[in-house]
Amino acid sequence: MLSRTADNLYWLSRYVERAEYLARILDATQRLSSLPLAYVGSTNEWESAVATAGCATAFFKQYDEANEENVTDFLAFSTANSSSIRACFEMARSNARSVRTALTVEMWDAINGTWLELKRYGNGPTSREEFSRFLRWVQESSLRYDGSAYRTMLRNDAYWFSRLGVYLERADNTARILDVKYHLLLPADERVGGPLDYFQWAAILRSVSALNAYRWVYRESLKPWLVADLLILKEEMPRSLASCYEAIVRNLDQIAGSYGRQGPAQRQARGIRTRLQNSRMDGIFQRGLHEYIGEFITENNGLGGAITEQFLI
Amino acid sequence: MTAAFDEMKGHDGGVRPAYGELSRWLAEIPPDVLDYRRREAELLFRRIGITFAVYGEADAQERLIPFDVIPRIISGAEWRLLEKGLTQRVKALNLFLKDVYGAREILRAGVVPDDLVFRNPAFRPEMSGQSVPHDIYVHIAGIDVVRVDADTFYVLEDNARTPSGVSYMLENREIMIRLFPELFARHRIAPVENYPDELLATLISVAPHSAEREPTVVLLTPGVFNSAYYEHSFLADKLGVELVEGRDLIVKNEIVYMRTTQGLRRVDVIYRRIDDDFIDPLTFRPDSVLGLPGLMSAYQAGNVTLANAVGTGIADDKAVYSFMPAIVKFYLGGEPLLKNVPTWRCREPEHLAYVLDHLPELVVKEVHGSGGYGMLIGPAASKVAIEQFRAKLKSAPNNFIAQPTLALSTCPTCVDAGVAPRHVDLRPFVLSGRDRVRIVPGGLTRVALKQGSLVVNSSQGGGTKDTWVLDG
Repeated sequence: MLSRTADNLYWLSRYVERAEYLARILDATQRLSSLPLAYVGSTNEWESAVATAGCATAFFKQYDEANEENVTDFLAFSTANSSSIRACFEMARSNARSVRTALTVEMWDAINGTWLELKRYGNGPTSREEFSRFLRWVQESSLRYDGSAYRTMLRNDAYWFSRLGVYLERADNTARILDVKYHLLLPADERVGGPLDYFQWAAILRSVSALNAYRWVYRESLKPWLVADLLILKEEMPRSLASCYEAIVRNLDQIAGSYGRQGPAQRQARGIRTRLQNSRMDGIFQRGLHEYIGEFITENNGLGGAITEQFLI
Repeated sequence: MTAAFDEMKGHDGGVRPAYGELSRWLAEIPPDVLDYRRREAELLFRRIGITFAVYGEADAQERLIPFDVIPRIISGAEWRLLEKGLTQRVKALNLFLKDVYGAREILRAGVVPDDLVFRNPAFRPEMSGQSVPHDIYVHIAGIDVVRVDADTFYVLEDNARTPSGVSYMLENREIMIRLFPELFARHRIAPVENYPDELLATLISVAPHSAEREPTVVLLTPGVFNSAYYEHSFLADKLGVELVEGRDLIVKNEIVYMRTTQGLRRVDVIYRRIDDDFIDPLTFRPDSVLGLPGLMSAYQAGNVTLANAVGTGIADDKAVYSFMPAIVKFYLGGEPLLKNVPTWRCREPEHLAYVLDHLPELVVKEVHGSGGYGMLIGPAASKVAIEQFRAKLKSAPNNFIAQPTLALSTCPTCVDAGVAPRHVDLRPFVLSGRDRVRIVPGGLTRVALKQGSLVVNSSQGGGTKDTWVLDG
């Protein structure tokens, strides 16, 4: 297929996935910030949201303070931020339009419907309730797109490239969400393992729809290393890095099989997957979770580059 | 101007045989049912048509060309006549192009004045002495035909560059079959659905000699912002070929490749929907970002076929048009089967004098114009407009031709007040391959929806109809 078509499909999926991720971060942040102030003292969850989204520099060029209003505007509705939810949906729609014939009717309806609906939200919601509805709608839109791709696309390279976009973006997002905790400050009088610490970990799990999964898998109270274990190493956890890489390798293998040749992207993806499979939680925590995640994000980006290089240009 | 010929009721009001069933059906169908189906047709068009393109966009409304649900019917005998005439005409167009870019016999014989060719902006000197694969220049022609009575068809225009509208021909049929199955059951209608197959066969047949056994065909579009993008993606989809933009292609060692996920793949035939001017910034407009740098070098080396060829605009120029009867005779010997509308060339003093004397009864057109713009329709124009046009005409007579105002035939058409006759034209699509000429029976019928209007262009209030050619 045309490289441009594959590139469009790949990025279309990435943008939709990213919009969902931003909605999840905003959702979690809203939850964190709704703790009574008297209880937590002064915290910085809105600043951490910007850091987690990976756009702190761009944010502080535009705003002085990371408060609810500014961060919400910047991550959800801003036209100045090329990675806001709005920008993601707009770019997804424009990619979809230029590969219209490579999409199924259901996929097109999902993405075009989302784009039309987006206009109804104008420049932002007027109340917290409305904003919550908006965040839910973003997640539902992403589910609808993902579901229609999964259920209606022919299983050929177009499908595999679109899936690669989903999993590469999702791996990046899960890693970043896990890193939220690094950016969240615990007030001086709060201890690690204390109630606020617990609450923060729970919010992270909930943001990736994994709180119940945690209970089913570990059957014990929240422990940071187990949360990390779930989101990094557990292949049965659909958003975990291990699960994303299982899918990335599988889709790259499908492509290699159908094209009858391997390339650097396949090798690189398998390398990352092997390292994930060989990782142990105690090792990760000894070296530092934040450092481990930082390295993973760099490797994941590197694979994105290799895929682009090998197939998309 | 005499009363127009109605394709259903002729001149005398008696129903013509091809329209027998339709006329009975029109008498039977309750007006509210017809009205309901009309609205349903519009909904369907939005769904299968516009959703495909850009529904939701602010200008989507404008892109919906009105569709009239009453079909236009052509009898089998009429079609055979048209088919022969169109084949002859397009063969002559191809021979003419081969000649003006080659031996130039027709110019030396004085049949066509050479300044009309060499000083014509559509003439491409780059193509002189250049052969094209299988000597075919116009692979896809849209020949606009009008009818004035039971026996007479005129060719109004030869569109030999990148004629559009075929997606409407296909979609109109699709919608009619869905909405009026009972009407179809009462007729034997020749299919048009095989147009994409015929087009693909044509394109494959003209692959360069150096191409592999299964040549790769692509459709080159200027991109999503082009007003005909919808048709481009529709056709690419039906043809099963890649819809490419200039940036998807690259020229290496005078061979065109497209960038695919499996690396570079050679392209043999390009069905291009980009004008000559924009096709290669190294040869034509250097500011074009739509084309492919180096495409002309690959083309001149004979490594790729462009459909249509570069420089075909010289054949659909309106001043050259007036020589078409002579051109047909020069190359093919016989009389042209399809008539030309009598045309006065304002570049010739006697013609100009006649035109200036008869402006109120003539249609005056710009030689290089299209889409119904920049023309004067004498009988419909005000005195002031005629005088303004007179000044324009005198200052640059070379730019104009004039024709009598034709009483275009009419067809029954749904209008607000019920069913009434409206003027129509016909654009059949003529495909020329190495092996033969292919014409899908029918074409795009355009209808002037305003009462009395002769302008069928969609940009000026025209609509379309499904065109039925009866089998047998």
